[in-house]
Amino acid sequence: MSINLIKAIPGTEITDEEIFVNRRAFIKSMGVGVGIVSSLSPFKSLFASDKEPKLLESTPLKLIENYNNYYEFSFKKEDVNTLAQSLRIDPWSVEISGEVEKPTVFHLEDLLKRFPAQERLYRFRCVEGWSMVVPWQGFPLADLLQAVKPLSTAHFVRLVSTSQPEAMPNLSKNAMLQWPYEEGLRMDEAMHPLTLLASGMYGKSLAKQNGAPLRLVVPWKYGFKSIKAIVKIELLKRAPLTTWNRFAPNEYGFYANVNPAVPHPRWSQNSERLLSNELWTPRRTTELFNGYAEQVAHLYSAMDLRHFF
Amino acid sequence: MKLSTQQLKTYSIGLCLVPLLGIVFDILTNNLGANAMQALHIRLGDWALRFLCITLLISPLQSMTKWRGMADFRQLFGLFSFFYAFLHVLAYLLLDFQGQWSLIYIDILESSYLWFGLITFVILLLLAISSPNAAKKRLGVKWKKLHRFIYLAAATAVLHFLWQLKGNMAEPLFYMLIIGLLLLFRVVNYYKNRKFSKLMLPIGRKKVIDE
Repeated sequence: MSINLIKAIPGTEITDEEIFVNRRAFIKSMGVGVGIVSSLSPFKSLFASDKEPKLLESTPLKLIENYNNYYEFSFKKEDVNTLAQSLRIDPWSVEISGEVEKPTVFHLEDLLKRFPAQERLYRFRCVEGWSMVVPWQGFPLADLLQAVKPLSTAHFVRLVSTSQPEAMPNLSKNAMLQWPYEEGLRMDEAMHPLTLLASGMYGKSLAKQNGAPLRLVVPWKYGFKSIKAIVKIELLKRAPLTTWNRFAPNEYGFYANVNPAVPHPRWSQNSERLLSNELWTPRRTTELFNGYAEQVAHLYSAMDLRHFF
Repeated sequence: MKLSTQQLKTYSIGLCLVPLLGIVFDILTNNLGANAMQALHIRLGDWALRFLCITLLISPLQSMTKWRGMADFRQLFGLFSFFYAFLHVLAYLLLDFQGQWSLIYIDILESSYLWFGLITFVILLLLAISSPNAAKKRLGVKWKKLHRFIYLAAATAVLHFLWQLKGNMAEPLFYMLIIGLLLLFRVVNYYKNRKFSKLMLPIGRKKVIDE
């Protein structure tokens, strides 16, 4: 099976944060420069900088760190940053068990040493209708699963978040969802090279509110599949029940693939709003599998995605 | 210092515009957060709903304080509810979707929470149009019937709020409680008056509920 991966970006090519912050001025100067060089079509080139760039432009780190769905701490996205700082993430270990030959408890440091971080610039689409572009650092979940040798009976993966009621107000209140947070993937989804275990973002360690120290990133699915602060990974024969699926099965399916043709029961998923603190940010039309159809569509070719949403 | 009704009305209009000034200030200073457009929708929608609650509060207040002449203010607050709802809709069409009608069409069709918002807006629009005294005179008895639709508008406004949330319902439930209490007051009043009129007994000074 050959899969076209979005080319991994080496660490040396990551945009310097300072340049990133000043990128608008940079892009504008590029636009003007190009305009002067290509004198054959000066007008076209001058306006080129106003069009949507072909390359993904990362969402500003400040926005990503201050707009978080992390219901363990708060239902208000803006409050999570402050509250999440009381999370204990050192020391940290991840237990891998179930249908595997070698059940193991990995200490985080060993895990990060053994599987060096790769850079992945992914679109991230929330089921609520907003999206962002995030430069993650991490390693494929497949690498870790292969290391513990899955048995042929392993058909699904269950992932569990940390449970720290003393740090997580909604856990101690037993609020709304059933805690700890749990998510699941089918084995082929888990083994897909796009599926990442992220430990960093923007060239730094993950912020606590973004899922430190280790979180899942499945870029073709709605954000709630990308479980944060993972402590346990279990390989199973049968599909696990997941937190949101348990809470509202008619609204949050097990697959949760980004799909503009399948609306949420209460709102459309046809378009999305890119995070930006500028009012004049045009909406973009949501793409099937969040734009990763070429890489993942074959996983679902035999399924009715209206039923298995 | 005693203020005349006219002065009081002028000050009220000024006060009702303060939320708008706050929003404009936050837009100009880029202070609407990571999802600026959503923040704008929420701020405008919240104020439309708050003014709707204030409008519904006038009648109970009037019958409790027996202070006449509050109907003017009911009209004023009602119009401001429409004003903020209008800006809310305008922001959705022209800023959020930037007039991309094909996207707007799909969004409305597929989002049931928007239907409640649409019903609310149409009602508020009709009430605003028929708000001037001339229209009131022309519509006669029908005017009263038409303006009772404000109760439906209040209900659909809260549903519109509640229906688009993922889980946490505290805020819309709070508004639901407020509106529920305001409606309950009217129901109780209605039955109280009916009972008295049935008994045909003198009940002292008759309360006129200006509905």
